[in-house]
Amino acid sequence: MSESVVQLDKQQSGGSSQPLVRVDNLKKYFPITGGVFQRRVGDVKAVDGVSFAINRGESFGLVGESGCGKSTIGRTLLRLNDKTDGTVTFDGQDLHKLSKSDLRNMRTKMQIVFQDPFSSLNPRIKVGEAIGEALIDHGLASRKDVKNRVIETMKICGLAEYHYDRFPHEFSGGQRQRIGIARALIMNPEFIVADEPVSALDVSIQAQIINLLSDLQREKQLTYLFISHDLSVVEHLCNRVGVMYLGTMMEMAPTDELFSNPLHPYTKALMSAIPIPDPTLKRERIVLQGDIPSPANPPSGCKFHTRCPMAADICKQQVPEYRNVGNEHFVACHFA
Amino acid sequence: MAKELVEFRNLETHFKTSAGTVKAVNDVSFSIREGETLCVVGESGCGKSVTAMSLMQLIESPPGKIVGGEIIFEGKDLLKLSKKDMSRLRGNEIAMIFQEPMSSLNPVFTIGKQITEPLLYHLGMTQKEAKARAIELITMVGIPRPEKIYDSYPHELSGGMRQRIMIAIALSCNPKLLIADEPTTALDVTIQAQILDLMRDIKGKMNTAIMMITHDLGVVAEMADFVVVMYAGKVIEEAPVLELFKNPQHPYTQGLLKAKPVINQRQERLYSIPGQVPNPVDLGDNCHFHDRCEFCMEICKAKTPPLRTHADGHKTACWLYEEEGKAQ
Ligand SMILES: Nc1ncnc2c1ncn2[C@@H]1O[C@H](COP(=O)(O)OP(=O)(O)OP(=O)(O)O)[C@@H](O)[C@H]1O
Ligand SMILES: Nc1ncnc2c1ncn2[C@@H]1O[C@H](COP(=O)(O)OP(=O)(O)O)[C@@H](O)[C@H]1O
Ligand code: SF4
Ligand code: SF4
Ligand SMILES: [Mg+2]
Ligand SMILES: [Mg+2]
Repeated sequence: MSESVVQLDKQQSGGSSQPLVRVDNLKKYFPITGGVFQRRVGDVKAVDGVSFAINRGESFGLVGESGCGKSTIGRTLLRLNDKTDGTVTFDGQDLHKLSKSDLRNMRTKMQIVFQDPFSSLNPRIKVGEAIGEALIDHGLASRKDVKNRVIETMKICGLAEYHYDRFPHEFSGGQRQRIGIARALIMNPEFIVADEPVSALDVSIQAQIINLLSDLQREKQLTYLFISHDLSVVEHLCNRVGVMYLGTMMEMAPTDELFSNPLHPYTKALMSAIPIPDPTLKRERIVLQGDIPSPANPPSGCKFHTRCPMAADICKQQVPEYRNVGNEHFVACHFA
Repeated sequence: MAKELVEFRNLETHFKTSAGTVKAVNDVSFSIREGETLCVVGESGCGKSVTAMSLMQLIESPPGKIVGGEIIFEGKDLLKLSKKDMSRLRGNEIAMIFQEPMSSLNPVFTIGKQITEPLLYHLGMTQKEAKARAIELITMVGIPRPEKIYDSYPHELSGGMRQRIMIAIALSCNPKLLIADEPTTALDVTIQAQILDLMRDIKGKMNTAIMMITHDLGVVAEMADFVVVMYAGKVIEEAPVLELFKNPQHPYTQGLLKAKPVINQRQERLYSIPGQVPNPVDLGDNCHFHDRCEFCMEICKAKTPPLRTHADGHKTACWLYEEEGKAQ
C-alpha cells in the first residue's frame, strides 16, 4: 500500500460514515506508439498515483492546468475508460470489477457533465430529445412525461422552451454547456462528475449555474467531483480541494484551509495568477516561467521543479513525500 | 487626454440569417485614444468580435454587412477606403490577434515564413533583413532559442508559445493599434499571466494602442485604461477603468461585477442576473436588458435609452439616469 493510501485511512478514520467515492493510488497511463510496427514506445502518465475520497453530500474540487489529468480522473472514476492501476470504490463497490449489467444500473446514479458537450451531442437530434434520451433508455419515464421533465430541466439550466426543437449547431458555446448540464441533471443522480461545467459560460449565467449546482446539492444530498481550472469557482462551490500538476496531487485541504494557508509553491502561483476584478489592487504576482512539461516525459524528482521559484537540488532528484501536515491538509513539497 | 486614434461612429453591422436579421453591432460609438488600452467587455454574442472585425473589414459577406456608420482612423473613414488601401493598413498600422492562435497560424508554413511575410509585404525588407527582424521579434516576445523556433512549425509549439508568435507577427510592423480578441481565453492561468505581462510590457515600450476584447472582468481590471461594456449589440456603458469599477452605473454592469466569484472573497451565495441574453434576431426598440433588470420601468420596454454622459468621461445608456425615466 502506498504512503498516500495509509494517510487517507487516517484521514477517514475520524469520520463516521463511509465516503461515497474512494480513489486509491489511481493510475491511468495512455500508451504512446511509434515506429513501423506501432509498438508501445512510452506512456503518457495522465494520472500517476492519486488518492482521495469524497464523502456523501460533499463537493470535492479538482484544480490544475490543462493536461494535468483532471478529466482523466473523472472519466476513470466513472469507468468511462479503464484504469492502469489502483482502485475506485463507489458506495463500497469496486467499480472496475462490476459486471456490465451492474455497471449499467450504477450508471444512472453517476452522471458526468462534459467539458465540451457539443462533441457528445448528435447534430441531427433536437436538443430537447437529446436531454430526455437517457430517461427513456433507462425506462425511467414514459414518452409523454419526458417532454415536460425536459422543459422543466431546460428552464432550470437557463434554456428557454423554444429551444426544445432546435439543433445543437444553433446554440452558442454557452448554451451548449447548459444542454450538457440538463442532460445530467434530468437523471436525478447521486453523484455528478462536473468537468469544467461553467468554464464556457458567461459570468451572469455562470453565477446562475453555480447557485443551481449548490442548491441541488443541498436539496438532494448530491455529491460532486467538481473539475475546474478556475480556483475562484472551486473556492465558492467546494468543501475540499485537490490541486494537481502533471498527474500528481500536489496539495489537498479543506477549502478554507487551502485558500487561507496554501503551502505548495504551485498552489501559490496558481492563486496569484488569477486576475482580480479590482483595478486599485497592486499585487506582487508570481509569474511562472516556461511551459507545462509534457506528461509523456515529466521532470524527475518533484515534477514541478522546472518551473518552481523555490526549487533546490534535492527537488530534481527526490520525489517529495505527500504528507499530512495537520488540519487534513496534505502537501507534496520538500520545503512546505 | 491623448489624441483619438480610432472613432466608431454609429456603426451598424448586420447578419442575415434564416431566422431574421441579427443586428450584431447596433449603433455603436466609442473612441480609442493613442497609446491607450481599451477593453471591450460583455457576454458571448454581444457583438465584441463583430465590432473588431468591422474595423478590420473582415466581416464574412454574405451573411454579414456593415450597413451604416463610420470608422474614423487617423482622420480617414476606413469604410470608404479601397480594398487595396485597406489591406495595406491591415497587419501594418492595425494588427489583430485572436483567441485560438492555432487557427490563425498556417499549419504548413514555418514560424519564420509567417513572421517574415508582413515584413516583406508591408515594409519591403529583404529576406535577410526580415529574418534578422523576425529573430529579434521572437526574442522580444520571450521565447528562448529563437533560431530553432524560426524553423519550427506551429504544431510543434505550445498554446502559449503560439500566442506569443501571433503577438510577434502582429507587432512586426509597429502597428498603431493592436486588436486582441480574447487573447488569453484559451490559455492556462499561469500562461495567461505571462501573456498579459508581455502585452503590458509591449505597450510600455512601443506605445501601441490596444483594443482588448474579453469577458473577464479580472483581465479588464488588470489591463484597461478605459472600458466599454456591450450588451446585445449596443454599448451600454463606458468609463475610465477606476471609475467603472468604483461607480458602475448601468444595472447590467453592476450585476456583472457582483456575479463574479472572486478568490478569497467567498460568499454564501453568488449574486446572479436572472434570465438570459435575448434572442439576437429582430430585437426591438427598447432597452435590451429590460427583461432581466430589477429596475425596469414602462419606458424601458418602449424606447431605447440613449448613451449619454452622466459624469466625467462616464457614459451610460439607461433610463434611470434620464429625466424621462426619473419622471416615472
Ligand atoms: N449557425 C447558426 N444559426 C443560427 N443561430 C446561430 C448560429 N450560430 C450561432 N447562432 C446564435 O448566435 C448567438 C451567438 O453565437 P456564437 O456562437 O457566435 O456565440 P459566441 O460568441 O461564440 O458564444 P460562446 O462564447 O458561448 O461560444 C447565439 O444566440 C446562437 O444561438
Ligand atoms: N458569420 C456570422 N453569421 C451570423 N451571425 C453572426 C456571424 N458572426 C457573428 N454573428 C452574430 O453576431 C452577434 C455578435 O457576435 P460576436 O461579435 O462574435 O460576439 P462576441 O461579443 O462574443 O465577440 C452574435 O449574435 C452572433 O451570432
Ligand atoms: S519540492 Fe522543490 S520543486 Fe517541488 S514544489 Fe517543493 S520546492 Fe518546488
Ligand atoms: S433602461 Fe431600464 S431596463 Fe434598461 S437597464 Fe436601465 S432601468 Fe434597467
Ligand atoms: Mg479537462
Ligand atoms: Mg467573440
